[in-house]
Amino acid sequence: MSVTFDRRGAPMWRVTAALAAAVLAGCAAAPSRDDPFEPMNRALYEFHDVVDTAVVKPVAQAYIDVVPQLIRTGVSNVFNNLDDLFSAVNGLLQGKLDKFGDDLGRVVLNTGFGLGGIFDLASMVGIERGNEDFGQTFGAWGFPQGPYFFVPFLGPTTVRDGTGVVVRIAVGPVGYIPDVALRNSLYGLGAVDLRAQALSAGAIVDTAALDRYLFIRNAYLQRRRYLVYDGKPPPEPEEP
Amino acid sequence: MSAFHTSVRRSAALVLIAAAALSCVAFPAGAQEAPDAMVKRVAQEVIATIKSDPAIQAGNEARIRDVLEAKLLPNFDFARMAALAMGKNWKGAAPEQQKRITDEFRALLVRTYSGALNQYRNETIDYKPLRMNAGDTEVTVRTLVQRASGAPIQIDYGMEKKADNWKCYDVIVAGVSLVTNYRDEFNEQIKNGGVDGLIKTLADRNRGVAAK
Repeated sequence: MSVTFDRRGAPMWRVTAALAAAVLAGCAAAPSRDDPFEPMNRALYEFHDVVDTAVVKPVAQAYIDVVPQLIRTGVSNVFNNLDDLFSAVNGLLQGKLDKFGDDLGRVVLNTGFGLGGIFDLASMVGIERGNEDFGQTFGAWGFPQGPYFFVPFLGPTTVRDGTGVVVRIAVGPVGYIPDVALRNSLYGLGAVDLRAQALSAGAIVDTAALDRYLFIRNAYLQRRRYLVYDGKPPPEPEEP
Repeated sequence: MSAFHTSVRRSAALVLIAAAALSCVAFPAGAQEAPDAMVKRVAQEVIATIKSDPAIQAGNEARIRDVLEAKLLPNFDFARMAALAMGKNWKGAAPEQQKRITDEFRALLVRTYSGALNQYRNETIDYKPLRMNAGDTEVTVRTLVQRASGAPIQIDYGMEKKADNWKCYDVIVAGVSLVTNYRDEFNEQIKNGGVDGLIKTLADRNRGVAAK
């Protein structure tokens, strides 16, 4: 459930920024405190859902059907290893030295002895992932989360989390690969890997939700709040 | 791709074990079981049943629902769950409406749980030490579900003390409360069609009409 879409949703950040600018320019009536641009977000979600159902989901399903579990796990592990490196950085930025140490240890172990991150040896010996990211760091520093946005193909985000994604993409490393074809292939593989992992969850959202847009939005916001407070969020203030 | 899907894959894939948490074995009067012991006992019973039942292993959802009805559901306080999901609208609903909402919400959660349980694949559950003071009537039982592949998922149970045992009124998967997550959806339904509109939507969903 970590929000690790950043590394793979990479090309989308420009869209995020453009959307944010466009939307902030024309403030609409606020249906909810966290989601002032709900009508636009709903339209974007519906667009996303159509393309996702027609194209992305079938590709992810095919990936699961064709590629053996062992290889898929290795792919996930390599991307996770990159995220662990940035989790270490963010642990440090928040002064969480225990997480910083764990994540750094994970990266050293998995990169050095796990064939560049293909094998997650660190988890086998019980070093848990810190799961920190730039969005959480901004939250820990006291920045408000800002309005919620649904960005097609990237998913749910907020101004604070989206900014974190932009920072994450900007520092790389995939974006710095000079070979365009290789770079885009890695982004694509990362995206398919994430989407494939999410298939069973999507089926459950379909069963559970009365309104999938709202279900996804609220689950995302609850989850991010929980992460920013490291699993101990204070009671939520009531809506006015 | 969608960040949320990633997140929810874990939360949701694991509502499953959440479901596996509470059961209805009668306890001798007076000997009240501690809430964490109860969660553990029920989870183990449900998991043992699931693992040993060939029909369930073959993906028979009706059979899963039977197991849930017998072992799991009597340990939930669905009226309180419905009230939490309704928020401030609960008091404005007539007793008859409250009952129908409770029944339909229960059915919706059971459908979700049995779908998730169908994906149960040899996860193991770590039970964290319970922090509880003498006299507490509400506690959170924390568990960590370890999976063969993928990150572990935290599943917490909000438990309340009743006259003769503890009941669960909230399941929190990776930080997402399955009950309060419905609050905006319920609100929206009530705003558009009143409490009866919400009842109708819930009933439609339970009869298999797709969500928008």
